[in-house]
Amino acid sequence: MSGSLFVQHLFNAVTLGSLYGLIAIGYTMVYGILRLINFAHGEVFMLGAYFVFFGISLFHLPWGVAVIGSIAVSSLCGIFVDRIAYKPLRSAPRISALISAIGVSFLIQNLAIVIFGGIPRPVARPDWLVQVMKVGEVRIIPLAIVVPLVTLALVLGLLWIVYRTKPGLAMRAISKDIETTRLMGVSVNKIIAFTFGLGSALAAASGIMWALRYPQIQPFMGLVPGLKAFIAAVFGGIGSIQGAVIGGMLLGLIEIMAVAFFPQLSGYRDAFAFVLLIIILLLKPTGLMGEKLEDKI
Amino acid sequence: MLKVEGLHVYYGAIHAVKGIDIEIPEGSIVTLIGANGAGKSSTIRAVSGLIKSIKGKILYSPSGASQTDLAGRAPEEIVKLGVAMSPEGRRILPHLTVEENLQLGAFSRNDKDGIERDRDRVYSLFPRLKERSWQKGGTLSGGEQQMLALGRALMCEPKLVMLDEPSLGLAPILVKEVFDIIGEINSLGKTVLLVEQNAFAALKIASYAYILEVGRIVLQGRGEDLLKDPRVKEAYLGG
Repeated sequence: MSGSLFVQHLFNAVTLGSLYGLIAIGYTMVYGILRLINFAHGEVFMLGAYFVFFGISLFHLPWGVAVIGSIAVSSLCGIFVDRIAYKPLRSAPRISALISAIGVSFLIQNLAIVIFGGIPRPVARPDWLVQVMKVGEVRIIPLAIVVPLVTLALVLGLLWIVYRTKPGLAMRAISKDIETTRLMGVSVNKIIAFTFGLGSALAAASGIMWALRYPQIQPFMGLVPGLKAFIAAVFGGIGSIQGAVIGGMLLGLIEIMAVAFFPQLSGYRDAFAFVLLIIILLLKPTGLMGEKLEDKI
Repeated sequence: MLKVEGLHVYYGAIHAVKGIDIEIPEGSIVTLIGANGAGKSSTIRAVSGLIKSIKGKILYSPSGASQTDLAGRAPEEIVKLGVAMSPEGRRILPHLTVEENLQLGAFSRNDKDGIERDRDRVYSLFPRLKERSWQKGGTLSGGEQQMLALGRALMCEPKLVMLDEPSLGLAPILVKEVFDIIGEINSLGKTVLLVEQNAFAALKIASYAYILEVGRIVLQGRGEDLLKDPRVKEAYLGG
């Protein structure tokens, strides 16, 4: 493979990895706090893409407004899912909330078919994002630079919230000891809602960029990226934000490079992620950055 | 300041506290002592709002504020009203730094200057915490963690501080230090409700004490009187 082709693949890998990483953060944050796998997370990703689409084609909003509006509304959707599907089950066995999560996921997918229609819709992209640029021998589209940069900015913003603000402090505290955190005056349900909102915003951002990268949207578009991002979160070490980003990047890299180096395997592209999941669960169930489960008295 | 009337606490089918009355005057140190399972922890966990299945009244009336019934309120509300609790087993957040643990204690407040002042006061009360302010809570020794738990409980501007077994699992020299500090906290103007298994030390420091057995108050009186009481001596002070 030529060097320039490799660089092109690398850009594709980082783009795909960024998109996985952004979704994976939502899985990992909710898991860190509630020990719940929010299977409806991939659906928020899908909603984010649809909201932008409708904002532009139906309401003729400018791109920037549509994107920000979509992220805001998707955030609210994530909070709403928690409120109706998980909050009533907080003190129920964990498996109940998990089943509820799977149910909500199906519900949103099917509601989307009813409301948005099941036919895939093409996405009209701004020309400047997809005009091929030649840098030496390397041919890339600006989107392949925009996606990683936006992702970087969002991740840095998130880390700032988690490590430098009061709600972030409460999030980190809840992830270890809910009862003690309540005794410190933290309203746990508000912080949980805040977490769902943050994770959903990132998933929506990912969904929007996904629709720009692969310009077609349909109600099931969140299913496979959602599952893969979940794998990325497990790979990176579920509960760790940095791990989710790294897991997403590595998964993107493995997928793109495997197909690039072994084109005959391209039909198995989606299988790589799941093989990876099995390998991690066998060899290092806590993932790359996962914390050891320890209880100090 | 706090008047508990006819308190019952239930854990599912278990009836842990069976109708007790407790009164805590402003500025005092009151202690609940008794064996394991007597209902001491259940009582203060009920006051702090952690247990929902309770019956009875928990009337809280700090000076300068009207009376509120704490029963049925959420822990975060109760903290805001000025009732802090340091839970059994210290429950320091091991992955947060000492400083972050203290900041978390001040979560209910928004006055930056006041928080900083109180944090500095905690650091002057416990100089060792200041030295370790950037260390993770989980890396502290048991004694230091207890100091941090006490300091953290002071960060929410409490009027009433409830301490659940603060001397548990500590070396004797540290036990003495903890009780000295409880006295100091009291002299800062905080009312203290102390739950202890170390009956001797608790009775010595307390102005009033209640002795619990299987969910009921079996004896009460001034700390110094109970220290001399033959029944107490036999059951709790090792003859």
